[in-house]
Amino acid sequence: MRTSDFDPVSMEIFNKQLKTVTLLVLVVFGVLILRLWFLQVVRGSTYRAKSENNRIHLQDISPFRGMIFDRNEEMLVGNRPSYDLYVIPEEVQNRKELMANLNRMVTLEPELAEQRLAGPYFKYPFRPICLKRDISRNELAVIETHRFNLPGVMIKVRPQRHYICGTLASHLLGYLGEISETQLRSGQYPDKKAGDLIGKSGVELKWQPFLNGMRGGEQVEVDAAGRKIQTISLKPPIPGFNVHLTIDKALQALTEKALQDKSGAIVAINPNNGEILALASSPPFDPNLFISGIDEATWQEIASSKDFPLQNRALSAQYPPGSVFKIITALAGLEDGVIDPEKEMVCNGRYLFGGHKYHCWKRHGHGQVNLHRALVESCDIYFYKVGKKLGIDRIVHYAKRFGLGKMTGFDVCQEKAGLIPTRDWKLKKLAVPWQAGETISMSIGQSFLLVTPIQMVTLISAVFNGGVLYRPQVTRWIGKTGTEKVHEFVPRVTGRLKIREDNMELVRRALVDVVNGPSGTGCRAKLKDVTVAGKTGTAQVVSFQKERDLYNGGEVPRKFRDHAWFVAVAPADRPGIAVAIVVEHGGHGGTTAAPIAKQIIHAYLGDS
Amino acid sequence: MFDRRLIQNFDWILLVLLLLLAAISILNLYSATYPIRDVGGSQVFIKQIYWFLIGFTVLLLMTTFNYYALERLAYPAYFFTIALLVAVLFLGKVTSGSQRWLSLGPLSFQPSEAAKITLVIVLAKFFSERGGNQVYRLRDLWQPFVLIGIPGFLILREPDLGTALLLVVVSLSVIVFARVKWQSLVILVMSLPSVAPFIWINLKEYQQMRILTFLRPDMDPLGSGYHINQSKIAIGSGQFWGKGFLEGTQTRLHFLPEQHTDFAFSVLAEEWGFVGSVFLLLLYLFLILWGLNIAKSSKDKFGSIMAIGIVSIVFWEVVINVGMVTGLLPVVGIPLLLFSYGGSSLISTMAAMGLLMNISMRRFMFQ
Repeated sequence: MRTSDFDPVSMEIFNKQLKTVTLLVLVVFGVLILRLWFLQVVRGSTYRAKSENNRIHLQDISPFRGMIFDRNEEMLVGNRPSYDLYVIPEEVQNRKELMANLNRMVTLEPELAEQRLAGPYFKYPFRPICLKRDISRNELAVIETHRFNLPGVMIKVRPQRHYICGTLASHLLGYLGEISETQLRSGQYPDKKAGDLIGKSGVELKWQPFLNGMRGGEQVEVDAAGRKIQTISLKPPIPGFNVHLTIDKALQALTEKALQDKSGAIVAINPNNGEILALASSPPFDPNLFISGIDEATWQEIASSKDFPLQNRALSAQYPPGSVFKIITALAGLEDGVIDPEKEMVCNGRYLFGGHKYHCWKRHGHGQVNLHRALVESCDIYFYKVGKKLGIDRIVHYAKRFGLGKMTGFDVCQEKAGLIPTRDWKLKKLAVPWQAGETISMSIGQSFLLVTPIQMVTLISAVFNGGVLYRPQVTRWIGKTGTEKVHEFVPRVTGRLKIREDNMELVRRALVDVVNGPSGTGCRAKLKDVTVAGKTGTAQVVSFQKERDLYNGGEVPRKFRDHAWFVAVAPADRPGIAVAIVVEHGGHGGTTAAPIAKQIIHAYLGDS
Repeated sequence: MFDRRLIQNFDWILLVLLLLLAAISILNLYSATYPIRDVGGSQVFIKQIYWFLIGFTVLLLMTTFNYYALERLAYPAYFFTIALLVAVLFLGKVTSGSQRWLSLGPLSFQPSEAAKITLVIVLAKFFSERGGNQVYRLRDLWQPFVLIGIPGFLILREPDLGTALLLVVVSLSVIVFARVKWQSLVILVMSLPSVAPFIWINLKEYQQMRILTFLRPDMDPLGSGYHINQSKIAIGSGQFWGKGFLEGTQTRLHFLPEQHTDFAFSVLAEEWGFVGSVFLLLLYLFLILWGLNIAKSSKDKFGSIMAIGIVSIVFWEVVINVGMVTGLLPVVGIPLLLFSYGGSSLISTMAAMGLLMNISMRRFMFQ
């Protein structure tokens, strides 16, 4: 006998218990069978009717996407109702006839509509298929009056993204587009279905998870025409968070107007914290076009345009900095003791080096120039000589201190890093060693140097704010309706120049005279009440003097004309705004870009 | 020496019952996944045929040894499954927010399925070793509670509320069957609400949400609330004789959620009506009663209690699933055993059935 074998007594108890259990099992199964009797026999005909005419549908309720405001709480992006045309395949009696009817009332793309109706969607015959988004008021009226002749057609109302000011700040705000297959499969958008819109660029992309909100839905009973009879149960959607930006709508509008019919970019920031006040890239685009499904022709026009309207030039267009770079050459020279600020050098318009002739922009030369005059009048020869003494490595060292050659860390859009050429870089990239002549060109901001407008505005801010590099940012806070903040973004310091204050002061005084001195190159930015400081620049598009000479005296074709730069800060003693402007093929910075800076600074500081 | 009595005592009734269930299951899966409009056929029922073939092989393997051996293997097997349950929390595949599956090359399985069986075996060992006709007080039962608590907690962490609950219900049934003092039972039931807040505050917010929707489906109107509505329409519309094979409109038009897994019963009820669904329920009832009979005819306590445990798994899974799809119980996502699609659950159920047959075949043996 094993220990666990039954003894007679426990055997008897065991059997008694088994009887109880059997009884319990029978009772429970009896309940289940009674339940089936109730459902299938007592209520059977009711359920049969319901199933033959299954009208219980799930309907999504889209959440309101969060709104976007400027720094004065003026709305830039909101939502408006959109009327979408849907068809429930199973309830269509004659597809050809319906399509013909609809075509008369609404402008459809027949092939696309036909394809959608016939596709794999038929697996779920009761699932409504969207034929057209955002039909016009007139189309809506026609459809509503003919509803009884259009079985299976239904209209859904949905909040539609609305960019209130059209093209205003389009590059910053971004646009929406249909979620892609890859994004759907990535699992990063658990709330999304095919055909849903998500942010594709700018603020819309960066803060997508916050702006999005949570989808809701309802279980509804509908009639044969797909109209709702009653809501059985409801899960309300949760609206997205609002995003509050640092930009000033009025100033933004002004900067865009200044660039009208030009290609280029303007960035205006608060130099004391890196907050973007305005950021314009021209030509702009209208994000409203992308929402209701852009048609092929328009898309081609935008995407293939030579003006690249989708590119945000303020962040991702790279230009040589031209004479703006002299700020860095000057400070590097001062710091390393290469320059004696009072010592004068001779500029006779030419500089011979390595058998090559380097010119000053002023053909007949500046004569005797010290550092101050060299900056004010932007003498090239003076800086060629400084650059030659410094050498490429030290110029690179200081350029990097100013944050050039790497991204500024701007919070919402993609940016480019620019390029600070080094010996290694050139050897690797072009398999040719660095040439001393290239150092000469680089000291006045040409050669391989590339910078973005946002890097330039960060640079000029640092010169005037005590040497701090701030990360430029456009998001102030994210919050719920009202003033409750979910996230607040504080200024972030990304670096310090660590340059001696007396050297900085020398350069700052020169930059004030660039605008205010009698012979300054930036005199067109001069304002009566405010001391503006700045630096002009001209980025060469065609690098050889010979080719320029071809057009000497005549009109240079636009595509060969130089890019015009101007960077400015005002007021110089207590900076409130910093601006960087680039006008593509605008010629001289002092002629084209400086007046724009004046306008912007006047608009921002003038009234206050 | 091979014992001829094993062949004589082979439990043909149990085998025929299982074969019948398998046939109905495959037929039903064929219908549940039948393509609506010639768009790419489904292979789900073919896969299920393979799973059944593997399942019956496992069943036969489970009869080849004397189940007494399990008394010695009970704890090692138990701790092995605990180890698997821990592993699944770290290495498991994440599917729709929970981590339940462990992958072994191309195969993956749910350790929680195995946990049900090993828990029944250790409980059988525990109670069979206690002498005579003892009536248990709470303090005598701390060991079984720990034995249940560990896997229960681990499965809850996956999270798989349904299976964790099932585990607790099955083991409590075994304990109650082993005879607990009625005062202790009252204390046990009364003490549950006092522990609840402690467990509650330790749960994450989404887990709390799950429990809330479990208790009140109307809190999830787009999920289980909708599913139950459609399931009731499917079952009810079958009426007395059903709509006929492949004629279920609810099924064809995909109004039913998870129609080849959790809601497979609704498919049957729609197409075969009251007659068909009651027939299936009676098959399960007969399986349970036959299992109780095996428990009764076993000559040792270990085998009996193990049989009770296995029967209890069958009973609760059927009741919870059918109760769920007919709207009597909340939606917990427990499939109908031997009927819904799914390899992992089928194999472990067939292993349990093999154990039951093992006990049945050795009912006349004395050693």
